[in-house]
Amino acid sequence: MKEIDLKNLTIAKAHEAIMRGDFSARDLTQAYLDKIAIDNSKLNAYLEVFADALDQADEVDRRIKSGELTGPLAGISIAIKDNILIEGRICSSASKMLADYHATYDASTIKKLKKEGVIFLGRTNMDEFAMGGSTENSAYGPTCNPHDPTRVSGGSSGGSAAVVGGDLALCALGSDTGGSIRQPSSFCGAVGLKPTYGAVSRYGVMAMASSLDQIGPIAKTIDDAELLFKTIRGADGYDSTCVDEPVPPALPAKFKVGVPYGFLGEGVTAEVRQNFDQTIELLKSKGHEIVSIEMPNLHYSLSCYYILMFAESSTNMSRFDGVRYGLHQDGKDMIEDYFLSRGAGLGKEVKRRIMLGTYVLSAGYYDAYYGKANGLRRLIATDYKKAFEQVDVVITPTAPSVSFPIGKNTNDPLQMYLEDIFTVPVNLAGVPAISVPTGKNDQGLPFGLQITGPHWREDLIFAVGREVMH
Amino acid sequence: MITEQDIDKLANLARIALTPEEKQKFQKDLESILGYISELKDAPLSTEEPAAGDYYLTNVLRADDQAFSAGEQTDKILAEAPKADKNFFVVKQILNNE
Repeated sequence: MKEIDLKNLTIAKAHEAIMRGDFSARDLTQAYLDKIAIDNSKLNAYLEVFADALDQADEVDRRIKSGELTGPLAGISIAIKDNILIEGRICSSASKMLADYHATYDASTIKKLKKEGVIFLGRTNMDEFAMGGSTENSAYGPTCNPHDPTRVSGGSSGGSAAVVGGDLALCALGSDTGGSIRQPSSFCGAVGLKPTYGAVSRYGVMAMASSLDQIGPIAKTIDDAELLFKTIRGADGYDSTCVDEPVPPALPAKFKVGVPYGFLGEGVTAEVRQNFDQTIELLKSKGHEIVSIEMPNLHYSLSCYYILMFAESSTNMSRFDGVRYGLHQDGKDMIEDYFLSRGAGLGKEVKRRIMLGTYVLSAGYYDAYYGKANGLRRLIATDYKKAFEQVDVVITPTAPSVSFPIGKNTNDPLQMYLEDIFTVPVNLAGVPAISVPTGKNDQGLPFGLQITGPHWREDLIFAVGREVMH
Repeated sequence: MITEQDIDKLANLARIALTPEEKQKFQKDLESILGYISELKDAPLSTEEPAAGDYYLTNVLRADDQAFSAGEQTDKILAEAPKADKNFFVVKQILNNE
């Protein structure tokens, strides 16, 4: 069996090769395990490589041989973010609180992938409870960028993006509440999709902010991301916010691409702006129309997002009390058990956000913060609605900069939050957005373009993405 | 201005035990973060109620019937509990017999 070229592999190529018999699922799994053995200690992308990966592969090979498995994902190696439940396996959200927690059921997305015959290579590192933008908030150390190990992989799905960017898996699943799939994909040179809110079931995913969270694929190509998306989406009866997508209308021959120039402010670095402008020229050269659009409420997005996200996640985090699962520390009475268990199990950023959420929801502040933010959210969603009356998609850089050095923002949480400027409005409106790689800077660090579309129009953003990805 | 008492109050509501160092750091952090997000207090909001079809989210309900069968997951769930006894999670006494 010849050596497998992981760098140039895609899901489609791997599928063909497996069906042709060039290599087996076991061969492919072994190739990734070999690369993981070399690179993972440096990158810290996997928290756990599943010991039974080869057994999974053997079972899949058997099912392929018997003709039971013929789908395009059969034998494909995938990595799963550590907040998505796979029954019987540890799922810790990169927290000490859940260090020994074994999932008691499969997430719906996992059930669907199991049916297709994927091989789960392992669980990937993340910011603890998805709270962060660099994977530096993991209780198990940061994940390094495969393009430069002194820099962050982005977050919170940093591990998932790093394994795809570093060829330690063919694809991965991540979660996105304010950019946690798109930003690390941008930093690591991968394609990352946050689907329309409600496209993918959140059953079996540890909730961060329930009105903002979505699960999505991180992959090497748009075709791969699209295939994964179509596999994991759909109503499942367990998530009442998840519905089947309506069939989209036909794609236009050329696209109207909206650019909110007024929103591309001072925080954007010169090289990111230059790459963005070059992408616009590329689109024009292919006959697409660039339209300057106004989205007047977008500059409130960060404040609005953080208030809502703090509030929702602090509520969701109240389940971690050391009673039904997770770390338990004994106090003198019941309530002290809570204080000590949470104090010991939760990391700094998690505690910070819980307290901020408690503040904005507390008596006397509820209307001023949470009530106001909800009203603003509606306005931001309307900005998108109005934009899509004029254009097919809206583009911005995914992040204001390329990947930054590990440790740069860790003492300044506000500075970290400001990096999310382009990604958070998308979650507020519930619209789909993708980050596609658009080249690298002189140090080899990837740039990413974010393409946002109307609800249920992932087809549009995939199509525009194909026009610019390189 | 976020005071130490504010931090104590929040930590108490959130049921989290903080060390003195954590309290100090959070006092500074919360000051800076709340300072930033308070900008939205100035945001103008339209006073008119949105039209019925305007917001993209609507409630989805299911029939109030048997959603699951009891007992199927009990063993698996209790296996994850820090303290369990037969079919129960074990906790310290909550109510005092007075």
